[in-house]
Amino acid sequence: MLVIVNGKQRETNAAHVEALLDELEYASKHLAVAINYDVVPRARWASAPLKDGDCVEILTPRQGG
Amino acid sequence: MVTFYDTEFSSRLLIGTALYPSPSIMQQAIRASGAQIVTVSVRREMAGGKTGDAFWSLIHEIGATVLPNTAGCKSVREAVTTAQLARELFGTPRIKLEVIADDETLQPDVVGLVEAAAILLKDGFEVFPYCTDDLGVAMKLVEAGCRVVMPWAAPIGSARGIINRNALKLLRQRLPDIALVVDAGLGAPSHAAEALELGYDAVLLNTAVAKAADPVAMANAFRLAVEAGRAGYESGLMDARDFASPSTPVVGTPFWHAVS
Repeated sequence: MLVIVNGKQRETNAAHVEALLDELEYASKHLAVAINYDVVPRARWASAPLKDGDCVEILTPRQGG
Repeated sequence: MVTFYDTEFSSRLLIGTALYPSPSIMQQAIRASGAQIVTVSVRREMAGGKTGDAFWSLIHEIGATVLPNTAGCKSVREAVTTAQLARELFGTPRIKLEVIADDETLQPDVVGLVEAAAILLKDGFEVFPYCTDDLGVAMKLVEAGCRVVMPWAAPIGSARGIINRNALKLLRQRLPDIALVVDAGLGAPSHAAEALELGYDAVLLNTAVAKAADPVAMANAFRLAVEAGRAGYESGLMDARDFASPSTPVVGTPFWHAVS
């Protein structure tokens, strides 16, 4: 299926968020994830399902003013 | 002491973590500023990247309270989700809420701001809204439940100082029980002192320190200016006058009225 990860289209077989993070080899410990503007808490990464067309944001702490 | 949503802080300077020449200078500058609250953001992480972990460690070492922002958000939906992601990442209910209307001026979308603030306050957030100096908007934010309001002095990063002193004075007079923070547009320590002299509870700045030739020394200068401005306010400033009033006694002036 096709999903959009941080603004880029990707083909994936990942069934849930955790599988997607593994597939894309996310190495950072400090991540937060939203699917279609809904936050997916870390506790639900292994169960939150991905479906075709989902828009996934994977965010991390950064400098700010 | 200044109180933001029931938490007391002794420093009246809030400082940003962006635009410093190096991570080490950022840490030194924040320490020199004496700030107990630092602003941070959330941004996209690249696959395989560890940018977030490195930054997290730097901030953790400083030991300050973290105030995440929603910088760059242009809609209520973006701002609300970004705030919720920041809460997930940093484990804090505090959010510096920004909803931006215009890219060139970074002028806040005050209509969207009030709407997003109401949603986040109901969701348990402690909202620190970045707004203009408009009294009507500030009152709407307070009505929604904000106990902190953060009007700009001038556009973000412009270093122009307080461009509408009367509007900021009016906000202070009309919202005596709300923590007011001048956020954005300060360029010099004197600008920060002026905000504190007007009775503002604190100032929030970033670029003026980060982009100074010596950010660590400038952070110290802002710390001193904020302390001086507050001390001046607490001491009761005299009113301005249109004409001169001699400070040296007039009685006994040599040669005065010598011919009478």
